[in-house]
Amino acid sequence: MTMDKWILPDIKDLHTITVYESHGGYGALKKALAMKPEEVTDEVKKSNLRGRGGACFPTGLKWTFMPKGTEKPKYLCVNGDESEPGTFKDRQIFEFNPHLLIEGTLIACYAMGITTAYIYIRGEYGKWITMLEKALSEARAHGYIGANIAGSSFSTQVYVHKGAGAYICGEESSLMNSIEGERGYPRVKPPFPAQNGLWGNPTTINNVETIANVPLIITKGWEWYSKIGKPSHPGPILVGVSGHVNKPGVYEMPTGVPLLEIINTYAGGVPGGKRIKAVIPGGSSTPPLRGEMLEGVSMDADSLKAAGSAVGTAGLMVMDEDTDLIAVLARIAKFYYHESCGQCTPCREGTGWVYKLVKKFEAGKARKEDIDLLMEVATNIEGNTVCALGDAAAWPVQGMIRRFREEFEKRTVSSVAEAAA
Amino acid sequence: MLKNENIKKIEDLKARYPTTKALVLPALWIAQEQEGYVSEDMMKEIATLLDVPFGHVLGVVTFYTMFHTKPIGKRHVEVCTNVSCMLRGSKAIVEHLEKRLGVSMGETSADGQWTLSEVECMGSCGTAPMFAVGEEYYENLTPEKIDGILNGLK
Repeated sequence: MTMDKWILPDIKDLHTITVYESHGGYGALKKALAMKPEEVTDEVKKSNLRGRGGACFPTGLKWTFMPKGTEKPKYLCVNGDESEPGTFKDRQIFEFNPHLLIEGTLIACYAMGITTAYIYIRGEYGKWITMLEKALSEARAHGYIGANIAGSSFSTQVYVHKGAGAYICGEESSLMNSIEGERGYPRVKPPFPAQNGLWGNPTTINNVETIANVPLIITKGWEWYSKIGKPSHPGPILVGVSGHVNKPGVYEMPTGVPLLEIINTYAGGVPGGKRIKAVIPGGSSTPPLRGEMLEGVSMDADSLKAAGSAVGTAGLMVMDEDTDLIAVLARIAKFYYHESCGQCTPCREGTGWVYKLVKKFEAGKARKEDIDLLMEVATNIEGNTVCALGDAAAWPVQGMIRRFREEFEKRTVSSVAEAAA
Repeated sequence: MLKNENIKKIEDLKARYPTTKALVLPALWIAQEQEGYVSEDMMKEIATLLDVPFGHVLGVVTFYTMFHTKPIGKRHVEVCTNVSCMLRGSKAIVEHLEKRLGVSMGETSADGQWTLSEVECMGSCGTAPMFAVGEEYYENLTPEKIDGILNGLK
């Protein structure tokens, strides 16, 4: 836990360009501009950086999907929609280290031959948009954005695009539709964004935290970077801990830290020394784990996958022994019902049905058969929709039934009557 | 009607995008900042300004939850009730707000001063529970803290 912090170091006023530059800021950009674009991509590819937005896709590999030698304009979208419940990490980057994000954006643009980048930020983050806009003006004034960046022949523009309250716009194709001025409906894939993205042109979409890792890789080199944390999913990671812990917050750590160490050491343990009933490890869409399953599970893609969940956005929600998990699931179900864009029938109808069923358990009015019905409805959403929101709605339901079936059984009409007798 | 300075703001943004349709969201934000909501007349004006059908603008406005098609209270209190806030007592926050403002969730007070809304996760999970008023976040709330905050907003 004494690891150096790279994404959110404890440096006063780092959000200003003078302080950022005095700590070597924009040095990675200058180093990258002296390299060939494909060498920059190669460095990121070898570093094994994987996306921090939830899917853990290898970033360098994604960059190689962008066509070379095309006449079409190419675009980068930096995804700062950050709306997955339990996730509050990108907000810290906008506030405390915005120039790192800008520098990473510029390096990514150079590597892929991109001349326009849009940083898409959720509308609720108005205050943080202002902070980032301020940093962007500073970077423009210092010659890092616009024509002939840092005296080179490379030119690119970076703009903020403000969302307006739609979780679905964190899905990459919805995000592009939202930038184009459309309703945030996801697109059918293929074609993938690298071939047919913004306005039909080659586009790459990367998460804010992913992009913030890029300058570090260029400065320190891929070999150094790939040795931080778990080799299969290396680097620093921002873990947001919330719920029943003494010190909730965002903590920077190497990947692969045991969940129990995150909860007990970083986040100061559970108030009152209570037992952990459940954790949701990576934002609301990742399946919950039972407290007694946490031994040996760590915050990285492989470990959480093996444990039957996912690293997601590393938004770790901790629930103590007194938590009503059915009420938690009902709230999650309500969220997906509200946020379903309504384009695909299984999701539009299924999320509402799931919500009603979970509410029935919460009210003690469900039948025993409703447990299997709930599982069936969730499973009929999963994999049957254009985008992953349907899956995200199904996984917590399936996970909760698999891991906490007794919680549902206790809330059926007959169990409630028996308990009252 | 959009003020001239706001029309200019929209015109200035045109350089950022290859189409005028892409300006629908930025223009709606500018309009809502001016009026507090987006009226049908305003949507028509934006449609003309950006050369897109009125129906398209209406479709966008009704898709995104942050755009209002009717006037709301002078102060919009948006309280998060999602999991991280719920685990740290958002229910007591909601109850206190309803009592204090004299409105139920989703309502506007009779004097038009306050609108209370339930919102989805606002990204304040580490400082839960929370509510936002406009762009300002109020975090690590307790029912006791709320009165002071609301008094300060009057």
